[in-house]
Amino acid sequence: MAENNDTGSDTKRVLMKGNEAVGEAAIKAGCLCYFAYPITPQTETPEYLAKRMEQENLIFLQAESEVAAINMVFGASAAGARVMTSSSSPGISLKQEGISYIAGGELPCVIINVVRGGPGLGNIEAAQADYFQSTRGGGHGDYRCIVLAPNSVQECYDMVMNAFDLADFYRVPVIIQSDGIIGQLVEPFDMHPYKPMFEKLPPKTWALTGCAGRKPNVVRTLYLNPANGLEMHNRKLEERYKKIHSELRWSETYNCDDADIIVIAYGATSRIAKSAIKKHNTNGVKVGLFRLKTLWPWPDVELVEIAKKNKDVKFLVIEMSMGQMLEDVQLSLMDVVPKKDILFYGMGGGWNPTPDGVYEKISEIINK
Amino acid sequence: MNIIKTQPKSITTDSTKYCPGCGHGIILRLIGEVVDELGIRERMILTAPVGCAVVLYDYIFCDVVECAHGRAPAVGTAIKRVHPDKFVLIYQGDGDLAAIGMAEIIHAANRGENMSVIFVNNATYGMTGGQMAPTTLIGQKTTTSPSGRTVKGMGKPIRVCELLATLEETKYLERTSINSVRNINKTKAAIRKVFQNQLNGIGFSMVEVLSMCPVGWKVPPIEAVQFIEEQMLNYFPLGVYKDTE
Repeated sequence: MAENNDTGSDTKRVLMKGNEAVGEAAIKAGCLCYFAYPITPQTETPEYLAKRMEQENLIFLQAESEVAAINMVFGASAAGARVMTSSSSPGISLKQEGISYIAGGELPCVIINVVRGGPGLGNIEAAQADYFQSTRGGGHGDYRCIVLAPNSVQECYDMVMNAFDLADFYRVPVIIQSDGIIGQLVEPFDMHPYKPMFEKLPPKTWALTGCAGRKPNVVRTLYLNPANGLEMHNRKLEERYKKIHSELRWSETYNCDDADIIVIAYGATSRIAKSAIKKHNTNGVKVGLFRLKTLWPWPDVELVEIAKKNKDVKFLVIEMSMGQMLEDVQLSLMDVVPKKDILFYGMGGGWNPTPDGVYEKISEIINK
Repeated sequence: MNIIKTQPKSITTDSTKYCPGCGHGIILRLIGEVVDELGIRERMILTAPVGCAVVLYDYIFCDVVECAHGRAPAVGTAIKRVHPDKFVLIYQGDGDLAAIGMAEIIHAANRGENMSVIFVNNATYGMTGGQMAPTTLIGQKTTTSPSGRTVKGMGKPIRVCELLATLEETKYLERTSINSVRNINKTKAAIRKVFQNQLNGIGFSMVEVLSMCPVGWKVPPIEAVQFIEEQMLNYFPLGVYKDTE
């Protein structure tokens, strides 16, 4: 971490890796515990927090496995603490058991996934092939996690703070879906104090603190009785997910007004796409960008609105996968855009598109 | 009439869903008695395992977290780190602790987490109907070792106290049994010891309790007691395996 440009205020302009900014944001947001296991390309986060949490007298524990780490997250969250873990794709697969229990137990926590290539060990390059895993729950059962997708070190920092607030507010796990590029990226950003999203968060009256002066609290996911107990529990969760969908769809647009082609992307891919779009814009070609900041809930309402405004617009979905978010785009637009007008440019194997490659792909669509 | 014993105040039920002749109910009562005697109910956080004891919160009047199969030592580790002044009790069976959760218990023990563990060893998976456990004896017939457990291909039963005793950060390890009144009383003393150790900040302490599972073993309750005496005690000797005080 190199520091410069101290403005004299509470905000400092600093130079850091995405993986380190994530750690610093957690500390500033009041994260009491962090449990993790080393894996490339996220290891800078545990390394950073090992040092910083010791300085701040917080709880850092390198777990014996990803499975143990996420169950420690489960325990700390049940005990009422703000808690975080981080990993990369193969490690996140191992954590899915625990994430399912955390969702079922209505516990808040923050999970960082610095996505790398898969399946299996895949490779250690950036990828976006964990989209299905993150946005569909990932583990067993009917549940969702809020998924935030930063595309800069600044957003790594800001979104981790938001993630703690959202997790506590809705009592759901929140995933920060970073990737090998964003995690490893070093760039300057404004390190500001913790800015809470909500004036007041609900008190954690359900937390396990010993039952002195109150009835015992139980954190559970098993619903054997009554016969419809699990049905009622799942309906309650479904209501919560509907509320989240209605309140929390984050996206941003760039030059979408009058655009003939709109690129849809998130994370590192959105920045690569933006370079190509700017070049086309300079040449007078009307190309825009629809960037997702939440992968779940998916900003479907916003995208449909754009599709309705821009007559005969074509969409180009760009992903570092063989086409996962593509399915959500097709589902969102099924009533307003013919399927043939939704095009795809994807990279498998943990490899990223280049601005030139995206530029060429857009040119191809124009020249057809 | 003199009342010699009453139901422990920390126990909320006078009946459990445990099968007739099952050992869990006896252990539950012993926990209740010790919790009452030490006056720790209101500072206790209990981890319930996957298995027959999953609904412990229906029986004990304290804060409880229901854990994924085998993960209680990891869950408990975090709870104890967040609330070092609270009393954390880990309750696990043999499939939970010695099979799917072996990594979690070994590493919690190796870190010397200041927690109390009650490990119920009934040599089988009770809740799923009597399958082979890591503690199933050689020759013991289960639904997944119908011809009896063999060393070849299935290995020998794991002696957990002996295994954990090799880790230097474990502070107290004892194996007891509940096959007789004498052994039940000894089990209560061991539970008290592992509880007291945590309260005194001594460190990782565990009692392994040999317990009956007549339904899983498919024998009448009286024969289940005999099975412990005639079979289990030979392979799982009772005693203190670690006492660093």
